Amino acid sequence: MNGALRKMWAVFKRELGGYFLTPVAYVFIVIFLLLCGVFTFSESMGGFFERGQADLRTFFGFHPWLYLFLVPAVSMRLWAEERKQGTLELLMTLPIPLWAAVAGKFMAAWVFCGIALVLTFPMVITVNYLGDPDNGIILAAYLGSWLMAGGFLAIGSLVSALTRNQVIAFVGTVVACLGFLLAGFGPVTEVLNSWAPQTLIDAITGFSFFTRFDSISKGVIDLRDLLFFATLILVCLFGTAVMVDAKKAG
Amino acid sequence: MIEINGLVKRFGALTAVNGVSFSVKRGEVLGFLGPNGAGKSTTMKMLTGYLLPTAGRAVVCGHDVEQEPIAVKEKIGYLPEGAPAYPDMTPWEFLNFIAQVRGVERKRRRSRIEEVASMVHLEGVMRQTIETLSKGYKRRVGLAQAILHDPEVLVMDEPTDGLDPNQKFEVRALIQRMSPTKAIVLSTHILEEVEAVCTRAIIIDRGRVVADGTPSELCARSRLHHAVRMKFKIGSVDVGLVRADLQRLGGVDSVEVNPNDRGRVSMIVYPKDRASIASEVGAQARARGWPVEELQVELGRLDEVFRTITAPGSLDAQEVRS
Repeated sequence: MNGALRKMWAVFKRELGGYFLTPVAYVFIVIFLLLCGVFTFSESMGGFFERGQADLRTFFGFHPWLYLFLVPAVSMRLWAEERKQGTLELLMTLPIPLWAAVAGKFMAAWVFCGIALVLTFPMVITVNYLGDPDNGIILAAYLGSWLMAGGFLAIGSLVSALTRNQVIAFVGTVVACLGFLLAGFGPVTEVLNSWAPQTLIDAITGFSFFTRFDSISKGVIDLRDLLFFATLILVCLFGTAVMVDAKKAG
Repeated sequence: MIEINGLVKRFGALTAVNGVSFSVKRGEVLGFLGPNGAGKSTTMKMLTGYLLPTAGRAVVCGHDVEQEPIAVKEKIGYLPEGAPAYPDMTPWEFLNFIAQVRGVERKRRRSRIEEVASMVHLEGVMRQTIETLSKGYKRRVGLAQAILHDPEVLVMDEPTDGLDPNQKFEVRALIQRMSPTKAIVLSTHILEEVEAVCTRAIIIDRGRVVADGTPSELCARSRLHHAVRMKFKIGSVDVGLVRADLQRLGGVDSVEVNPNDRGRVSMIVYPKDRASIASEVGAQARARGWPVEELQVELGRLDEVFRTITAPGSLDAQEVRS
């Protein structure tokens, strides 16, 4: 067990380091921070100043949409690139348990997103300078946002394990994540309301990242929401391991 | 140290490996020969635990590959086909990663990496990203990765592919240096390599082992084995007469004449049943006073054996298989 954790740590370090060996990491972080700022402060979109509230609701409100396009860019390389480069055979013939490789790579991508998220700290400083926000809520929202990023990444990991083409992995992940987002998006729920039975609507919105994230971003940490994301991540990672194993020959 | 028994791998309707069995002991270097697509790489992938066999068993150092894959992978050093490595990393970073995964102690890591780097002559490029390296260096990074933990079993899929003649020579010398303490399996399609480094060779064709023996045993199967090659100046002898004289000898099966082999008349005298006929032919030449310029006894050529065994539909192929 100890040995497996050490190997997972090695995979984690290599993967996280790998992000910073190419410009991808820096481009990602710059774009993320830029868009966060633009969306939050622009008059027509976030209207941060116009609201006159010392909180970060508008800032977090845009995270699901940002993640929709940025997280797949992080997750697409996880397994597709290994397969393309032929390094999958190398990795799978090193004495690493499959789960440790899957978890190590996922954790690296997740921590990378966490780093990008932490770098938005000037937002927190800004609201604290301008007013007197509830920092507990902000912290909860950060955790919720990171958890949601984990959900997106786990889906991305699974999609990436299905192909050797990173573009396909990217597009596939965007589509899958869009499904999870739209499941609880206001306009979509309204359309469903007109014909679908309430139980079906509840089931669909139950899978929604929106509803889950919305309550966390308000500072309400519900065990069910945490469990939802934890289960989603575990199921997707299990699926990743199964697919990596099944598609080795191809 | 390696025991392979009735290994089978099917991909859908295609049977890539069909009942391959062999064993390799410490100190042996087993050469794996066969045409492209014969099942060499697939067999190696099953041996190293990358692919699961459809049937059969592979045991490495007492551990079954299916039951205890991690234990097996710890014992094996493996150079996959094409020597894959992470292109964005430098050899130093890459080998450091491998050392961590392989459980090389932290305080020994640096010295071990440096040691292996000098064994395969990587010293000059350790801080350059792997994608910028030449094919020969990339191959050596792969080799370094495979031998980093000083494995008991070394499996290499075409270790010298893409290397220049000097590099090939170096890699072969390295394999020979390591061979006394390890069990080594390597695949190749360079036949001279088998004769240079392997203590045993297996020829595999369409998923089956069609020949298994030492390189000289395999050569002995050649039609050329014990054949005598003679050369004369053009016009110095009556070719028809010489040929008739040779064919009268008891041990001679047939005589092949090439009237102009780079300015010489050359003859190949094939023996019956691959028996030695050199003294018989030599005595005849002396008795008749033929002006022989060159006389050479053939040991047989591996490439010729390889061709006759693996060429589709050849009669010899049937004979060897039965």
